[in-house]
Amino acid sequence: MNKNFSKRHKAESRFKAYGFFSLIAAATMLAIIIGSMIYRSIPAYTNYTIDLEINMTEISLEDGIDDINYRGILRSSLFSFFPEVQSRSDKRKLFKLISSSATYTLRDFVRENPSYIGKKFYFNVLFTDDSDLFYKGYVDISLPEDERRLDNKEITWLNQLDGTGRVKNKISRNLFLNGDSREPEVAGFWGATIGSLITITVTLLLSFPIGVLTAIYLENFAVKNRITDFIEVNINNLAAVPSIIFGLLGLAVFINFFGMPRSVPLVGGLVLSLMTLPTIIIATRSSLQSVPPSIREAALAMGASEMQVVFQHLLPSAMPGIFTGTIIGLARAFGESAPLLLIGMVAFIVDIPATFTDPATALPVQIYIWADSPERAFVAKTSAATLILISLLILINLAAVLLRKRYEVKW
Amino acid sequence: MRNTFKSFIVALSIVLIPGISVNAEEQIKIVGSSTVFPFSTAVAEEFGRKTKYKTPIVESTGSGGGMKLFCAGNGEQHPDITNASRRIKSKEFKNCSKAGIKIVEIKVGYDGIVLANSKKADVVELTTRDIYLALAEKVPANADGSELQENPYETWNDVNPSLPNVKIEVLGPPPTSGTRDAFVELAMDAGAKTFPALKELRGSSKAGKKEFKKIARTIREDGAFIEAGENDNLIIQKLDQNPDAIGIFGFSFLDQNADKVQGSVVNGAEPTFDNILVGEYPISRSLFFYVKKNHIRMKPSINDFVKEFTSKSAMGPDGYLVEKGLIPLPSDEYKKYKKAGKNLIELEL
Repeated sequence: MNKNFSKRHKAESRFKAYGFFSLIAAATMLAIIIGSMIYRSIPAYTNYTIDLEINMTEISLEDGIDDINYRGILRSSLFSFFPEVQSRSDKRKLFKLISSSATYTLRDFVRENPSYIGKKFYFNVLFTDDSDLFYKGYVDISLPEDERRLDNKEITWLNQLDGTGRVKNKISRNLFLNGDSREPEVAGFWGATIGSLITITVTLLLSFPIGVLTAIYLENFAVKNRITDFIEVNINNLAAVPSIIFGLLGLAVFINFFGMPRSVPLVGGLVLSLMTLPTIIIATRSSLQSVPPSIREAALAMGASEMQVVFQHLLPSAMPGIFTGTIIGLARAFGESAPLLLIGMVAFIVDIPATFTDPATALPVQIYIWADSPERAFVAKTSAATLILISLLILINLAAVLLRKRYEVKW
Repeated sequence: MRNTFKSFIVALSIVLIPGISVNAEEQIKIVGSSTVFPFSTAVAEEFGRKTKYKTPIVESTGSGGGMKLFCAGNGEQHPDITNASRRIKSKEFKNCSKAGIKIVEIKVGYDGIVLANSKKADVVELTTRDIYLALAEKVPANADGSELQENPYETWNDVNPSLPNVKIEVLGPPPTSGTRDAFVELAMDAGAKTFPALKELRGSSKAGKKEFKKIARTIREDGAFIEAGENDNLIIQKLDQNPDAIGIFGFSFLDQNADKVQGSVVNGAEPTFDNILVGEYPISRSLFFYVKKNHIRMKPSINDFVKEFTSKSAMGPDGYLVEKGLIPLPSDEYKKYKKAGKNLIELEL
C-alpha cells in the first residue's frame, strides 16, 4: 500500500517536472526567436545622415521650382569636401555614397519652403544602405577589396566625411512613416501597416455581423433537418480549409466575375472575411450554447419574444466568447499572406493607401518582399517589420483577453 | 444591441459602396517575373518620384503567371505590362493575339545564374557536364550515353576525379521558379548534350526532343538536390553555415554577398559581371518586359514609363539598374530595344 503510494507520488512529481520543462523549452524558444529578431533588427532603426551645405544663392523663384538642378546642387556640395576628386567616374562613385532619394527629398523640401530659394542652408541627407552599414560596422575592412560592397577609395571618403563632424546617426523616420521602396534607407512599413489595418477593418465589418447572425439563426431559429446539418458540416469543414483556397476563390469570384480591381484592400478584406467567417460562426454558436437554458426559459416564461430573448439575454451573455472567437479569427487573418498573393496584394506599392480601393499591401507581405530582396540592409528591415507584426498581434490578443475579462459572466 | 447592428449595417454599406463604384485612377499595373521584379520596381519608384504620375504597382507573380494575367484581355482590370525572365512562348503569344492584344517587346538585360559556395571552402571548378551528372535523376551508364541508369554519384569526386571528395549537396530553387527553369535549360541541357547519344536523341524527332528534355531536365530527388524555396537570401545563409554545400541563385545575390559566398567557375568562366556581359559565362538568360500597346491610349503614362525604363540612366551600362545587379545589353541591342520602345514596334512571332 505504502509502496504504491510513494510510486504514485513519484509519478506525479515526474509529470509535473515534464510539464514544467516543456514550458521552459517553449519559453526559451520564444525568447531565442524574439531575441534574435531584436538583435538583427538593430541596424534598421537608425540611418547615418550628413548635413550638406546647400547653396541656392544664385537661384531665384523664376527658374521654376521643379526645374532647379537639385542633383547638381547636392553634387557640388558633396564634392566641396573632396577638391582632389576630379575624374568623372570617381565623382559618380562619390555621389553614389549618398542616397539616390536625396535629390527628391531636397526638391520636396524646397517645394514646401520656397523661402529657402536664394539662401544658403544645411540640409540633412541620407547615406545609401552600403555607406550606412559601413558606419555601423557591418563592413569587414580586412576582406579583399572586390569582396566588399565598398572599395578602398569609398571607405577613405566615408572616413574623411566622418572626420568633418557632419555625419550623424539619426532615428530612421522613413522606416516608420514610408511605404515600400527599392532603397533600403527609404523603405518603411507604414504603407503595409495601413494596408493591413484597412483590410482587417473590411474583414471585421463583414464577417462579424454576418457570422454572428448566421450563428444565431442556426442556433435558435433554424429547423433541425438534413439541410441545416449539411450546412453545419460544411461550416466546420471550411474552418479547416487552407487559406490559399480562399485566395483562389477571391480571384475567381471578386476579380474575374465581379470585375473588382486587383491589389485593393477591399478584395483582400472580402477574401479574409470568407476565411474568418467559419471561425466566428463556430465560436458564436458554442458561446450561445454555453448560456444556461434557464436564462432562456425564464425570459420566455416572462413573455419575451424569441427575438427579445436572443438580443436581450443570450447575446449579451455570450458576447465574451464571441469577441474572443472574432479576435482570434482576425488575428489569423492579420498574419495571412497566401490568399493575398492571388488577388494581387503581394506587390510593390509605394503610395500609402487611404481608402478601401487604393492599391495596398499587407504587413506579412511586406516582410516576405523584404526577405526576398538582395540588398543586405533589408535583412534588418525584415526583422524590424516582423517585430511590428508580432507586437500588433500581441495587442490584438491582449484586446481579446481584456474584452473577455470585462464582459465575462459567471453562472 | 439593436442599435449596434444598425450601425453595423450602415458601416457595411460605407465599405461596399466605393467597392461597387470602382473608378481607380490611371495607374500603371505591372505583373510578372520575380527576377525582373527588383529592376521593375526600381524603375517604377524612380518614375513615381520624377514624374507627376502615381508610382506603378508591381506584382511578383512569376513569368508564367504574369503572362497569363497579361494575355487575359484588354481593359482596366488587366495589367499593362508583364515582366519575364524568358522570352514569350509562341503559345502565350497566340493566346495574347486571340484576346486582341498587341505587344511591344523590350529586352532589359541579362541575368546570370550562379552556383556558389561558402568562402570558407575552395572555389569549385565545374563544367556543365559535371552539373548534369551530379544533379540529373537519370545519367548515362556508358561513355556515349546510349544506356541510362539511376544517378549513382554521391560525391563530386565520383562525378569527376578532378573535383574534391565532398558529398553532393546542392541548394536550389523549386520547380515553380523561373530560375529553376532557366537553370535546367541552360546548364543541364548543355551538360546532357555532351553525350553523343543524347545529342542525337535531341535532334532525332519531336518525340526524341521531348525525351531528351525529360532526361536532361529532371532533377534527382534522393536528397542530393535540396529545394530551398524561392528565397535566395535563405540559400546564402545556409551556404554560410555549411561550407560543403553549393547553392544556385541569381547573380545579384552573389554581387550583394561577395563577402560570404564565391561563385563557382563553370566551363572555365567565372561568374563575373564582365563574363556574363560578353556571354563567356554559360548560364545566363535574357530578361524582358512586354507592353500592352492597346492600353497606351487609355494610359499615356505607359509611354513615359517605357522611356524611363529604356533610358540610359536606367538600362544603360552605368544606369541605376546595373547598380541593382542587372547585366546591361550590349550597345547595338540596347539601341534596338530603345527604338522598339520609342516607336512601339509590335512584336511578331
